[in-house]
Amino acid sequence: MSNFIEAKDIVKRFSGHTALDGVSVNVPRGKVFGLLGPNGAGKTTLIRIINHITMPDEGSVTFDGHPLRAADVLNIGYLPEERGLYKKMKVGEQAVYLARLKGLSEMDAKRRLQWWFEKFNIMPWWNRKLEELSKGMQQKVQFVITVLHEPQLLIFDEPFSGFDPVNADLLKQEILGLRDKGHTILFSTHNMASVEEICDNIALINHSKVVLQGEVNDVRQRYKENTYRIVIPADKTLPESVEVLSCEEQTGHKVLLVRKPQDESPSAFIIRLAKETDILEFSEQLPSMNDVFIRVVKEDELR
Amino acid sequence: MNKIWIIIQREFLVRVKKKSFILLTILMPFLIVGIVALPVWLSTLKSGDVTRVAVIDTDGSYQSLFTENEDDIVFTSFVAAEPDIQLQVRQLLDKDDDVVMYCQGSIADGSVTLYSDGEVPKAVERYATKHLTQALRKARLAEFNADDVERITSIVNEEYSVRTVRLDKGGGETESSSDIASFVGLMLSLLIYMFILSYGGMVMQGVSEEKTNRIMEIMVSSVKPFQLMMGKIIGVALVGLFQCFIWIVLVSVLFTVAGTLFGISGAMPDTSAMAAGMNLPAEAASNAPMADVMKILQGMNLVQMVVLFIFYFIGGYLLYASLFAAIGASINEQADSQQFMMPIILLFVFALYAGMFSIENPDGPLAFWCSLIPLTSPVVMMVRLPFDVPLWQIALSLLLLYGTSLLIVWLSAKIYRVGILMYGKKPSFKEMIKWIRYN
Repeated sequence: MSNFIEAKDIVKRFSGHTALDGVSVNVPRGKVFGLLGPNGAGKTTLIRIINHITMPDEGSVTFDGHPLRAADVLNIGYLPEERGLYKKMKVGEQAVYLARLKGLSEMDAKRRLQWWFEKFNIMPWWNRKLEELSKGMQQKVQFVITVLHEPQLLIFDEPFSGFDPVNADLLKQEILGLRDKGHTILFSTHNMASVEEICDNIALINHSKVVLQGEVNDVRQRYKENTYRIVIPADKTLPESVEVLSCEEQTGHKVLLVRKPQDESPSAFIIRLAKETDILEFSEQLPSMNDVFIRVVKEDELR
Repeated sequence: MNKIWIIIQREFLVRVKKKSFILLTILMPFLIVGIVALPVWLSTLKSGDVTRVAVIDTDGSYQSLFTENEDDIVFTSFVAAEPDIQLQVRQLLDKDDDVVMYCQGSIADGSVTLYSDGEVPKAVERYATKHLTQALRKARLAEFNADDVERITSIVNEEYSVRTVRLDKGGGETESSSDIASFVGLMLSLLIYMFILSYGGMVMQGVSEEKTNRIMEIMVSSVKPFQLMMGKIIGVALVGLFQCFIWIVLVSVLFTVAGTLFGISGAMPDTSAMAAGMNLPAEAASNAPMADVMKILQGMNLVQMVVLFIFYFIGGYLLYASLFAAIGASINEQADSQQFMMPIILLFVFALYAGMFSIENPDGPLAFWCSLIPLTSPVVMMVRLPFDVPLWQIALSLLLLYGTSLLIVWLSAKIYRVGILMYGKKPSFKEMIKWIRYN
């Protein structure tokens, strides 16, 4: 079984609108899966269905090879977009409580929490009320609570929002570390830079439908626009026929972005260029996920 | 099941550990004991502070009336009137007397005026009125030239004492007293009323706090909303029971201590004082000595009452607490709660009033219907219980109460499940009904 989660033809209607309309998503085991989409596209609804919080009207969810059951939530760690904990409760007490609700014994919970709290340098705050902590520290506490019971599936809804760059990087490393340990990670985000850095697969949801799905590299290949980055000496020029998108002069050389004609192979293209000038660098420019995202959503709107 | 238990534990411990809870739980019994015991204690005090009364009585016909010194009233002197009454009164007051009583003419057609530097003490006024009324009555009767004025007077003052007895089917007789029964019933219904309102409110507050804190999403990814709701309702109920238990223990200890310290007879305070404190008709209660009260209390089927009290208590609490939980889940902030709380509180106040009026007529139509309708029955039935309600009525009322409770719990759980994750929308009754239909 290579897919940890298989959501098939999910339909979810609320009175007045359809939040998910025949959505099928496969989350491969042991990978980081990015769920992308504009606000209101239906990401959170899908996450809630996988979390067994709401039921789909139609369709099915397969979890680790079997139909999703209520008991599976013990194998899911969920970090919601809207963070929230009991403000008046002591940090340690609260973490132990939530861990116990996820099925850990009190002893186990305390032992693991100690390890994580020391790792994140929040041990001194164990007996403080949550509201006394800074926002960044509350985020760390919440992250620890999410991963504490070592669930097979981790769901992060906008995990980087509210983190400063240092802590965001720490979080990124932790997420990749968890993946390397074999956890499957599903996260939703608008932050496209983070998608390129840590996602193996993505699904893009727009207007209640999946409009794009696949491995990140495949997707970028699929949406490449034959753009190449070429560096040539400053005193040389390219043939007139080549379409230049941008040109930047640096000391001693020029950096150009050019478009290769659709029907010309890269080697034929490079030979044609080499006749006129020395080529110091030649590399294909894959579109960033941000470009792909904007393009796909816009195309979808036009349809 | 295990998870509900974990939730109950948290709900209980978080509340019990609060400073405000500890403070209220410890202080309340002192307050109760203070309110009940202070007047009793004060009334037992014969303070050395006496009121000195001088009587201006020209023909001496009043002197015989005021011979006894009671209620700390001491008659210091009886003097004849002088021409300038105002001056004479002034002099007497300046001398040593607190009150001057100026009597004019005879008892039958005269007048009596009380003077004092400040407010005339109530005790003096009461004393004078009482004795003068008796004397006036006697004087008027004497005008008939009847032989036996003493006898006639005592006849006029005689009051009939009705013995009320409950005769059960087997023919056994029990002393009953509708006053004491009403008092017990009212106490029970007040207890239910206060408990449901304060702890039901606590449930609502807890739910809406969880919602505004946005912890709901984490919670419902671990437990079912129903478990969360029931855990909270049961946890808060345990807090209430725990508090009641502490209060009962503390209050009885305090009464015993107060009793031995201040010499108030018995561990229990005088019922009359309690009744007076509660603004109840106190005559009957004050006439009945403690032993009689106990006899009558035993006459009411105590075991049955306690058992039924617990049943109504649980049913009523379950019904209202789940309603409150649904409201807490629907609102976005505390301020929104008003529009939903209002109808429930109005209904509840109505129930309390229906209960109070049912005392007058415990088997009348108001009492009958209100003790069947589940929203009012826990409060109203308590008032009726001491008056032997037919078994079929109790059974029907309990059946309705528990049927409705379970229905409301079920509906509330549905509203709760949708409501807790619904943000930003201003809630309305229409919206809540829509939520019930969601899957």
